[in-house]
Amino acid sequence: MAWTWFHRLGSPPHVYAIARRLTPWFGWAAAVAIVAGLYGGLLLAPPDYQQGDDFRIIYVHAPSAWMSLMVYTTMAVSAAVGLIWRMKVAHAFAASCAPIGASFTFAALVTGSLWGERMWGTYWEWDPRLTSELILLFLYLGYMGLRSAVGDIQRADRASAVLAVVGIVNVPIIHYSVLWWNSLHQAPSVMQLGRPTMPAAMLVPLLIMLLGFTLLFVALLLVRVRAEILDRERAASWVAEAVAS
Amino acid sequence: MGASILEVGRTGVSPIAAAQRMVARDLRLAFRKRGQLVQPLAFFAIVTTLFPLAVSPELSRLRDVAPGVIWVAALLSSLLGLEFLFRDDAHDGTLEQHALSGQSLGWLLFAKTVAHWLVTGVPLALMAPCAGLALGVPLASIGGIVASVALGSVTLSMIGAIGAALTLGVRRSGALLSLLTLPLSMPVLIFGARATELAVKGLGFAPPLYLLAALAVLGVTLAPLAAAVAVRISLE
Amino acid sequence: MTERSLQAENLHLWRGDRHVLRGLEFSVHPGECLQVTGANGSGKTSLLRTLSGLMYPEEGAVCWGGVDIRKDLVTFCLDLAYIGHEPPLKVDLSARENLHYWVGLRRALSRHEIDSGLDRVGAQQWGARPVRTLSAGQKRRVALAGLALMGAPLWLLDEPNTNLDSEGQHLMTSLICEHVAGGGVVVAAVHQPLALSARSLDLGV
Repeated sequence: MAWTWFHRLGSPPHVYAIARRLTPWFGWAAAVAIVAGLYGGLLLAPPDYQQGDDFRIIYVHAPSAWMSLMVYTTMAVSAAVGLIWRMKVAHAFAASCAPIGASFTFAALVTGSLWGERMWGTYWEWDPRLTSELILLFLYLGYMGLRSAVGDIQRADRASAVLAVVGIVNVPIIHYSVLWWNSLHQAPSVMQLGRPTMPAAMLVPLLIMLLGFTLLFVALLLVRVRAEILDRERAASWVAEAVAS
Repeated sequence: MGASILEVGRTGVSPIAAAQRMVARDLRLAFRKRGQLVQPLAFFAIVTTLFPLAVSPELSRLRDVAPGVIWVAALLSSLLGLEFLFRDDAHDGTLEQHALSGQSLGWLLFAKTVAHWLVTGVPLALMAPCAGLALGVPLASIGGIVASVALGSVTLSMIGAIGAALTLGVRRSGALLSLLTLPLSMPVLIFGARATELAVKGLGFAPPLYLLAALAVLGVTLAPLAAAVAVRISLE
Repeated sequence: MTERSLQAENLHLWRGDRHVLRGLEFSVHPGECLQVTGANGSGKTSLLRTLSGLMYPEEGAVCWGGVDIRKDLVTFCLDLAYIGHEPPLKVDLSARENLHYWVGLRRALSRHEIDSGLDRVGAQQWGARPVRTLSAGQKRRVALAGLALMGAPLWLLDEPNTNLDSEGQHLMTSLICEHVAGGGVVVAAVHQPLALSARSLDLGV
């Protein structure tokens, strides 16, 4: 019973149809959540007693950073599924995740840099979180670079899947080594807010933004996956019908 | 890597004997092309020389950056050395014979990487103290430098094997190989440079050395498996 | 030598968008040679690589002795000798050293065995020279020597006649005949039919 569900999940026309149906739901839900979160974070939440209004960039920075890691994990998991069970659709998912994840990482770096400018006066500090994000960006770029360098699509899928799995194993190692490295030297203050715990008025919009970004990721993923599937299956008969309708 | 290492399979060639044969073969091949072996070492020397030219000839200033310079130069020259890990075997068809040999491919690739480390990593570890002395480090720190570079280069070779296996069949793969391998090598760089720095300052460098050893163990056990999967993918 | 036969069951293979192998089914029993013919690009090499386990068919299975090779690929490889388009030799080693390392991964070879193997293919004179100094035909002969020394029941050969002069082709044919007479299984991809009694499988265009 579970197997048929699993194998239907691997059928490209099936996934295409589901993705098409679900995209608007996720898109609208994401828009609502992000608007609500921004409203709560930018307008309703009280200013931080140390940073004033500068901290508000956290409402974009923190969800971006969180998503950059979550997307990499999703990418690695779907790549692993594609590698082990030889499901083409799983590889399409992994390929679609990469640019989205790289964009989130880039957004986290840019917002982190802007926040740093406010806090430390310089646009860049070798803060452990920013450094880890930068290395994560390199991992994404490496994944996308390998994909485009290998000509044959099947081989590109499988090789980049190995890279994604190797990457996800390395991410905690890299993270802790960077943390260790940073703790040895005179570390600049890590980006944190003045208080040890966040009051609800600050925290709730942050969680809503996180939810919104997750929904946004799913919506973008579904859109990209549809395009990926169409591209990969372009020789199949169902594609002509799907595109015509 | 399968059943007990000492088990003699149906072949009559135990995995240990097969690994020995592989290492012997690769060492023999490496010595027949001695000129190529020297290139990464020359590169290491040149990169080390760039820093005094670019920064300052004063040894007191160079001493501060010496650990970092040694490690970055070692990292970059080990990248150069990766060029001839799998490429020749992939071109002449012997790599697919390894995959069809009846031995575990991961085990054979591990043996190849060990041979590769013996001709790239070990000479590098022996040259590193010379670079260090040229950059003003005290004589007493030589042991620490050799130990950290020797241990770190094991992991660098193992990670490099994954990158080399993934880029088989990609033409002009040098830049891509760096892009894939360097981020994964950053933990080695962090711990290795720290160990060298402590050695240069005359302090105890055991903690980062243990961390380097832990990374080496992780690399040695997991990297050949990933490399074997990547090689089989390239043969498909 | 073996009671195992090679079976291909409903093999389907795609290379990118091309449907290269379309539902191939055949068996090759001990003592048989199958020659695979077909124009360039018809999938001969892909078929051999699928039979050897290097390529993975989208559908279908390859069975050796009734067991799917995917169940235990490493053990299957012990029974297999595969030679692709190029003889798998390191150009910086001599023929003798190549055989020592190549065949030596699967079975312990004495120097005497290597020497007689090289004698068989007429390599006494040039067995100690680096392979880079040998002609293409000589390299092919060294590969044949390795094939004979490996002691594997199943031979998968991709265009084994390439670069061989008529004497070399005669040598190869006699090697195959010997192997088959001893109960071995041979599948060879060829452009022209071999000079021995063998079943034919044509892959078309």
